[in-house]
Amino acid sequence: MSKTTERRPLLEVKDLKQHFPIESGFIMKRQIGAVRAVDGISFSVNEGETLGIVGESGCGKSTTVRSIAQLYKPTSGSVFFDGIDLVNAPREQMLDARKNIQMIFQDPYASLDPRMTVRTIIAEPLEIYRTRGMLDPSITREVIERRVEELMERVGLNRAFKNRYPHEFSGGQRQRIGIARALALNPKIILADEPVSALDVSIQSQILNLLHDLQKELGLTYVFIAHDLAVIEYISTRVAVMYLGKIMELSRSSDLYKNPLHPYTKALLSAAPIPDPVIERKRQRIILTGDVPSPNKERFGCYFYDRCPYKMEKCKTNIPPMKRMDEHHEVACWLYE
Amino acid sequence: MTNATSPDTYKTMLEVKGLQTYFKTDAGIVKAVDGISFTLNKGETLGIVGESGSGKSVTNLSIMRLIPSPPGKIVGGEVLFEGKDILKLSEGELRHLRGNDISMIFQDPMTSLNPFLRISTQMIETIRLHQSMSRKEALAKSIEMLKLVGIPAAEERIHNYPHQFSGGMRQRVMIGMALSCEAKILIADEPTTALDVTIQAQILELIQELSKKLDTAVILITHDLGVVAGMCDTVCVMYAGKIVEKAKTDDLYANPSHPYTYGLIQSVPRLDKAHDGKLFSIEGQPPNVIDLPPCCPFHPRCHKAMDICRTKYPPTKDLGNGHEVSCWLFIDEKEHSHE
Repeated sequence: MSKTTERRPLLEVKDLKQHFPIESGFIMKRQIGAVRAVDGISFSVNEGETLGIVGESGCGKSTTVRSIAQLYKPTSGSVFFDGIDLVNAPREQMLDARKNIQMIFQDPYASLDPRMTVRTIIAEPLEIYRTRGMLDPSITREVIERRVEELMERVGLNRAFKNRYPHEFSGGQRQRIGIARALALNPKIILADEPVSALDVSIQSQILNLLHDLQKELGLTYVFIAHDLAVIEYISTRVAVMYLGKIMELSRSSDLYKNPLHPYTKALLSAAPIPDPVIERKRQRIILTGDVPSPNKERFGCYFYDRCPYKMEKCKTNIPPMKRMDEHHEVACWLYE
Repeated sequence: MTNATSPDTYKTMLEVKGLQTYFKTDAGIVKAVDGISFTLNKGETLGIVGESGSGKSVTNLSIMRLIPSPPGKIVGGEVLFEGKDILKLSEGELRHLRGNDISMIFQDPMTSLNPFLRISTQMIETIRLHQSMSRKEALAKSIEMLKLVGIPAAEERIHNYPHQFSGGMRQRVMIGMALSCEAKILIADEPTTALDVTIQAQILELIQELSKKLDTAVILITHDLGVVAGMCDTVCVMYAGKIVEKAKTDDLYANPSHPYTYGLIQSVPRLDKAHDGKLFSIEGQPPNVIDLPPCCPFHPRCHKAMDICRTKYPPTKDLGNGHEVSCWLFIDEKEHSHE
């Protein structure tokens, strides 16, 4: 990964909140609460870098990228792409900007329509924007056809397979189809939502290498979600650690692993198994007690309070702000006040 | 777990010899497990690693004789539990064996618990099936088990339904249930794959602690090499229905001999090591196990493949200290002609 961070932010997320209403009643529906999936997060992603987002299930990582892609209408906050606020921009303008933001999904089985051929799947983004009249008129059917073949070769699929259906491919190959589709519109940013967690180890490294090469070649910017810390460490320039819809720590990937500050980050890192029996035997694990609490209630203290081994009186009633420790390292914890 | 000092720990609990499980499909015969052998000693934790389709789960379902038949069939081999061949037991004897002697934890704790029944009902049923106890005694025993696996307020929680528990808690319930009849062998089939890392750490520690306390032998099936490194005494690496390498854990990670094992270990990004550039990667796809030719199934992906690999399956070679590998690289010329 290119480790240069001194570039302008391509994507800026400011105080993003995504709450989902919980409704009750059959005829007279009323809102009785909200799932606070993302509860006020801010970060920026520079051009050409990879921002990794880690956290356990339910921490809001997938919701974050879906809100960025405007698949949900955010409750509040803004998402700036290249200076345009996607949340409040007129639809036309948002769609035009969104050409540059594409997604790769976790499940290579569920994310491809079983009744479409590979050709149709990869061409679909182009076809959609062509029908909307938002593509260059020089892009004709023939151009799209050539583009599909080119993309297939680029991601390591034989172009002769373009009339096949997804079920004829293995998991790793399907993920390649998904990547080709994401590249179809020549995007600037790719939001990758756990793209390798459903794959076998040997296939996982193939896909990671492919993503690595594509980034170098096409100058792509990634927002990369994973729950596997080793994968995140490998692919990311910077890493955001999320818990219950909040960012706990944000740092350059190398610093985060050498010098984790937040108690949650420390626990996560110590829980991740390392494939070396000699090291594993010597490691001291921080075993967190309990489970992730429900995101349904409003919190007035630190979101990690219930499970934190270092909790103090202050943490119960005050939400710690993001504090900048050095140029690249931010943490939200009262221990560092 | 390194309690392999007293001679007692070497007592063999389970011996699998040349086990073969085939599935008949329209496309041909799937040799899901094709002649594998291993032994499990008392108090030992044995890891079985492999990718999807390598036959690790079928191995363990075969041990418990839970292969759906048809289409599956155990066509050869022996599974000796304390000297008795499980494959020759009657249905009644089998039912006694399952749960009492060998018990299992599955990957997905939601689908292996009945959503309509309270935890208490399910646990009491399990216990009373295997032990002569009154309902009251069984309930007390269930509560005791839930406490053992670390469920807070077990007396109240036991009357809850599965959906009232989180994923990690459900997996704890499953472990409690699996151990409630003091099984001698616990088979854990990807017990933490569906769980988050912090919960995974809790569950693995629990399995380790309980197996020590109750002296249970554990077979841990996983695809995660990190989990194996922390948990197992011995590891079997499976590929396309065969064990390609078997060794003590430390030995396997220090000297991975089969090119597949080497590739697997190398292709995982590691937290504790600096990296630059690309990951090692095993090219290609896992083979289709339908009608495999009698060659080494790994040869199309192997970076060290030779001519002989394309025509013959390699014999197993003992490299010493129980380290066995099935690869032509370790067979010298003289032995070639023998084979």
